[in-house]
Amino acid sequence: MDWQGWLVGIVGRALAFGTPLLWATLGEVYAERSGVVNLGVEGMMILGAFSAFAVAQTAGHPGVGVLVGAVVGGAAALLHAVMTVTLRANQYVSGLALTLFGLGLAGLVGRGWEGTPLRQALPPVTIPGLSEIPLLGPMLFQGQTVLTYVGLFLAVVLWLLLWKTRWGVVVRSVGESPATADALGINVFRVRYLAVVFGGTLAGIAGAYLSVAYRPAWTEGMTAGMGWIVIALAIFAGWDPLRTVGGALFFGALYHLSFRLQGLVAPELLKLMPYASAILVLALVGLRSVRRRGAPSALGLPYTRGER
Amino acid sequence: MTVSAADRYTRHVMGGIERAQAAAPSSLAVLLRDITKTFPGVLANDRVAFEVRPGEVHALLGENGAGKTTLMNILYGLYRPDSGQIFVRGESVLIRSPRDSIALGIGMVHQHFKLIPPHTVAENVALGLKGTPFWNPARVVERGLRELSERYGLPVDPATRVWDLAAGEQQRVEILKALYRGAQILVLDEPTSVLTPQETAELFKVLARMKAEGQAVVLITHKLAEVMEAADRVTVMRRGRVVGTVRTQETSKAELARMMVGREVVFRLTKGACAPGEEALLVDDLWVRNDRRLPAVRGVSLKVCQAEILGIAGVAGNGQRELVETLTGLRKADRGRVEIGGRGVTNASARTLASAGVAHVPEDRLRMGIVPGMSVADNLILRRHHRPPFSRGPLLQAGKIREVVGQAIEGYGIVTPTPHAPAKLLSGGNIQKLILARELSEGPTLIIAAHPTYGLDVGSTEQVRRFLLRCRDEGGGVLLVSEDLEEIMELADQIAVMFRGEIMGTVAAGEADLEEIGLMMAGEARRAPQP
Amino acid sequence: MKRFGPFVFERRLAPSRTTVIGVSVAAVALALLVSALIFWGYGVNPWKAYVAIAQETLGSRHGLMEIIRRAIPLILCGVGLALAFRARFWNIGAEGQVLAGAVAASGIALFSGILAPWLLPAMFGGGFLAGALWGAVPALLRVRFAVNEVISTLMMNYIMIYIVEWLIHGPWKGATMRGFAYSDFFPDAAKLALIPGTRVHWPTLVVGVAAAVVVAALLARTRLGYEIRVVGQSTDAARYAGISFFKVMVWTMLLSGGLAALAGVGEVAGIHYRLRSPTHISLGYGYTSIIVAWLARGSPLAVILTALLFGLIFAAGDTVRVVLQMPFQIVSVLNGLILFFLIGSELLMQWRVRIAAKGERWTGRAGSSGS
Repeated sequence: MDWQGWLVGIVGRALAFGTPLLWATLGEVYAERSGVVNLGVEGMMILGAFSAFAVAQTAGHPGVGVLVGAVVGGAAALLHAVMTVTLRANQYVSGLALTLFGLGLAGLVGRGWEGTPLRQALPPVTIPGLSEIPLLGPMLFQGQTVLTYVGLFLAVVLWLLLWKTRWGVVVRSVGESPATADALGINVFRVRYLAVVFGGTLAGIAGAYLSVAYRPAWTEGMTAGMGWIVIALAIFAGWDPLRTVGGALFFGALYHLSFRLQGLVAPELLKLMPYASAILVLALVGLRSVRRRGAPSALGLPYTRGER
Repeated sequence: MTVSAADRYTRHVMGGIERAQAAAPSSLAVLLRDITKTFPGVLANDRVAFEVRPGEVHALLGENGAGKTTLMNILYGLYRPDSGQIFVRGESVLIRSPRDSIALGIGMVHQHFKLIPPHTVAENVALGLKGTPFWNPARVVERGLRELSERYGLPVDPATRVWDLAAGEQQRVEILKALYRGAQILVLDEPTSVLTPQETAELFKVLARMKAEGQAVVLITHKLAEVMEAADRVTVMRRGRVVGTVRTQETSKAELARMMVGREVVFRLTKGACAPGEEALLVDDLWVRNDRRLPAVRGVSLKVCQAEILGIAGVAGNGQRELVETLTGLRKADRGRVEIGGRGVTNASARTLASAGVAHVPEDRLRMGIVPGMSVADNLILRRHHRPPFSRGPLLQAGKIREVVGQAIEGYGIVTPTPHAPAKLLSGGNIQKLILARELSEGPTLIIAAHPTYGLDVGSTEQVRRFLLRCRDEGGGVLLVSEDLEEIMELADQIAVMFRGEIMGTVAAGEADLEEIGLMMAGEARRAPQP
Repeated sequence: MKRFGPFVFERRLAPSRTTVIGVSVAAVALALLVSALIFWGYGVNPWKAYVAIAQETLGSRHGLMEIIRRAIPLILCGVGLALAFRARFWNIGAEGQVLAGAVAASGIALFSGILAPWLLPAMFGGGFLAGALWGAVPALLRVRFAVNEVISTLMMNYIMIYIVEWLIHGPWKGATMRGFAYSDFFPDAAKLALIPGTRVHWPTLVVGVAAAVVVAALLARTRLGYEIRVVGQSTDAARYAGISFFKVMVWTMLLSGGLAALAGVGEVAGIHYRLRSPTHISLGYGYTSIIVAWLARGSPLAVILTALLFGLIFAAGDTVRVVLQMPFQIVSVLNGLILFFLIGSELLMQWRVRIAAKGERWTGRAGSSGS
C-alpha cells in the first residue's frame, strides 16, 4: 500500500476539512471568552454558505462571495448579541432560535440554487519553495486554498492578541468577571458585542469556505451539524486559539477517515463518528479539575449592572 | 436623640454645608447633596447630604441596609441617583459610570473584592488603565506597583495570581489598584470584615499615611470601635437618611449607637444560666480541605452539649465555612470523626444528617436557605419534604403541609400576604424567620447557625437571637458561627476561637476577656484545653 | 426607575399572569408580522396567504383534523420537555428520542413475533424504554462528567439519525420505492386505530393528553416533582436540602426521553406503518417542541394548547406548500421568529410602564434642580 500517498491524502484532507472548523471555532472561542455562548454558529455558517455561493455564482468571483458570507455571519451574530447582551435573553435558547431561523431561511431562499456547481470556485494554491520539500511539501503546502493558510495565521494572531495584549486582557476579564471589569470603567456591553459579531463573521467565512472552496456547490443543510461540533471543539480546546488548531485538525481527520473507511463499515455508521467523538472528547475534558478546564467564569450568564 | 432632634441636627449640618459652599466649596473633596435613590420596593437613599474634606478620614456609620453602600456606589458611578447633585473639588459633576469617577480621582474598595482570580496582581491593576501599552500591559505596571507598595506599606508580589492570595492580601491589591489610578478620594466598604485585629491596626496606619498625603478617605462601617479609633468625623445613616454628622472627638460610642438605632440599644439580652446536658455534637481531630485543595480545617476538636450554645469566633475565612459545610454534609472531611448525639456521622450526606436531627441555618440565606421563586409554603418544607408527615412514599401530603405551614407562619411571626407568595418577596428578616421556623420547629438535636443576623435590621436581629436562645432553653445544642464578636458574647455559653483552621482556645462566656480573644483571633495566643 | 418623556419605566418584582400571557401573544403576533414580510418578499400577498391558511386549516373539518394530527407528537414531546426544562436540563435531544421510539416500535412490530392485542402495548412500552435510555445517557454524562447537555443531546440526535439511516439501508432494508429506502410494512396488528375519515391516530392522542395530566400532577404533588422544581430553580438550595442531583436528573430524563419516544411510536404505528427516512418521521418535531414547552412556560397542561398552536403552524406549512407553491421551510423560519420574540420579550416583562405623575423626578441628571 502506498502509505506515503495515504498519509499525504489524510493530512491534506484533514487540513481541508479542518479549515471551516478552525475558522468557526476561533470565532466562537472569542465570543465565549467574553462570556457569551453562541449556539447559533450552525445558523451563521449555513447563512454564510448560502450567501457566499449566491454572490459568487452571480458575480463570478469566489472572493467576493467569501466577503459577503462574512458580513452575513456577522449580521446574524449581531442579532444574537442584541438578544443576549442588551435584552439579557437566555443565551442557549437565543442561539438555538438563530440556528432554527437560519437553517429555515437558507432552505427557503436557497431553493432553485441547488444542483448547479459553482462557476468559479476558490482555487487551490501551491506555496512556492515549501511545496518542494519531500513528503511534507505535498502534505501541507499543496492543494489547499488560501483560506486554510490565512486561518492558521489567524490562529497565531488571535493567540497573541488574547494573551499578550491589552485587548486580550479586557476580553478575558469581561468573561471572567464582568462586574469587576464594569467597575473599572470597561464597557462590558461593547466588548461582548464586538466579540460576538467577530465570532459570527468568522463563522460566516467558515460557511463560505464550504460552499465556495471545499465542495463548490449549494445543498440545503450542507453544514450537517458542523456548527455543533464547533461548540464542543471550543470546550475541547480550552478556549485557546492555538489548541483550536490541533482540535480542528483532529476532527478534520476524523471526518475524512469516516469517508475513507466506507469500504469496511456501513457508511451511515461511519458518519456518526464525529458526533460520537465530540461527546467522548467532552467527557474527557470533564475529568479534568474545574480550574484546569479553563472555562470563563461568567460564560452563559447575562450581565446586569448592580442587580438588587 | 429623638427624631425631631435628628432632623434639627441634619438641618444644622445642611446649613453648614450651604454656608461652606457659598464661601469656598473647593475646600471639600466631595460633596453629595440631596441624593435620592429608589430600588423596587425600597427607598435606599432619601435626600442624603454628605461631604468629605481632603486630609480627613470620614466614617459612614450605620447598620446593614442603612444605605451607606448605595450612597458610595452612586459616588463611584455604579448607580445613577434619581435626583441630587454631586460636587467634586467644588465642581458639579455628572458621574455616569466608574470610568467617570475614576477619572475624577475617586477609588473604591468594595466589600466583595472586584478582582479577577485567575489573573495576576499586575494584570488586575492594569485592567482598564489608560496609557498602558498595547503589548504586555501588565509589565509596565509592576514597577509603579512596587513603588506605591513601599510608600504606603502594602506589601504584595505583582506576579502572583489573585486566587493564591489570602483575603488580607487581596484587599491590599484593591487599595493599590485605586491608588495606582491616582485616587485622591478613597472609599473603603467594611474593610475590616476580613482582617484580624492586628491587620486592622496596620490598615489604620495606611489610612493615616493617606491623610498625611492629603487624600480623603471614606470608611463605611458598622463597627463603633473603628469609628472612634480611626475617623475624624462620622456621618450616621439610618433607613436611608442621614441622622447627623459629628466629630468623633465630640461624641461617644453610646451616642453614636443611639443615632444609629434611634432608641436605647439593649446590649445584653437576658440569658438564663446554662445547664448543659448530654453531648449534642462531638468533633474529633477534623481535617477538611477547601475548594483549592488546601487544608482549611486543621485538626479541630470541639464539643457542644445539649442546652448549650458554643460560639465560634474568628475573622471570616479561617475555616469556619468549611467546618460548617462538613458538619452539614456539604463537604467531605479527609480525616477525623463527627458524632451527633452519640452516633457516628462522619462524612454522612446532607440528608442523613438532617434525619439525625441536625438543623442548618445557612450563611447565604437567599441562595441556599430558600428557593426564592417558590412559595413560602413550599420553602417551609424544604430539606424535610421527603420524610413523613410531609411525604408518604412518593406523594406529598398536601393537607398536613398546609397545617404545618399555618402553624409556622403564626408561631414565628412571618409576615407574608399569603402562604403562596413567592419567598423572594419577603424581607430579609422574614426570610430568616422562615428558615428558623423550618429548622427549629422539629426540636433538633443540634442547630448549626452561620452568621444568622448578618444584614438584618435591629428588630429582626433581636427576634432571631431570641429564637436561638429559646431553642437552647428547650434542650437543643447550638453551634453559632459569627463574625460579630458582640453577638457571640451576648449569646454563647462557651466561646471557641478559630484561626487558620485551628481552634486556638475555648473560653466560658463569663470569663471571656476581649483582648485575649482578639489575640487568639489573630493567632497570637492559645489557651490549652481544660481537662 | 427610568423616565422617557411622559413615560416612566419601573422594575417589577414578579410579573403577573396577565402580563405573561399578554406578552406571549404579542410575541407571536410580531412573529406573524415579520413572516408577512417574508411572504411579501417571495412575491406572495401576505393577506391572501394568511386567509388561505386560515381557510384550509381552521375552516374545514379536514384542516382541523390535520392540526390535531400534527399536534399529537408535539404534545408528547412538549410535555417531556416541559418536565426537563423545569429541572433546568436543556434537552435538545427530543428529535433523537422520538426516533429511538420509532426504531424500537418498528423492531418490535417487525421481528418480535408478539401477536395482537399485545403488540401495540409492547410497541409503546418498548418505545418508551428506548427513549428513556437514550435520554438518560446525557443526564449521566452531565452529572458524572460535567458534559454540557445541550451539546450531548444534540450530538445524540445526529447519532440516532444515522442509526435509522443505517437500519433502513442495511439490516432492516425492505422494499425500495422510487429510490427511497424503507423497512417492510408493519403487520396489521401493529397499526393504530384512526378516527374514521381522518389520519388522526387517536390512541396516541389519548396517551399524550394523559401524559400531560400525569406530569402536571407529578410536578405538583409528588416528592420527585418537588425536587425537580427545587433543582431547576436553585442548585445551592437543592444541595443544602440534601437532594440528589443524580437521581433527579436521571429520573427527569428517563421520563422526558420516554415521552418523546412515545411520539415516535405514534408516528410509525399511526401514520407511516414502517420505518423510513428520519426526516420523514420527525419533521423537526423535537426542535419545535422546545418552543412548545417554552411558550407553555413549563406547564404540562398549557403544552396541550401551545402544541395545538404549533400543530396549526405545521398544517399551515402544508397549505403554503400545496396552495401557494412556497417551500415548507417557512415553518422553520416562523418558529425561529416566534422563539426570538418570546425570549426577547422576557426582559420587557420585568418592567412596567406608566404615565409619569406631575413633578416626578428625572434620573441621572445631576445638575437639575431637585428639591
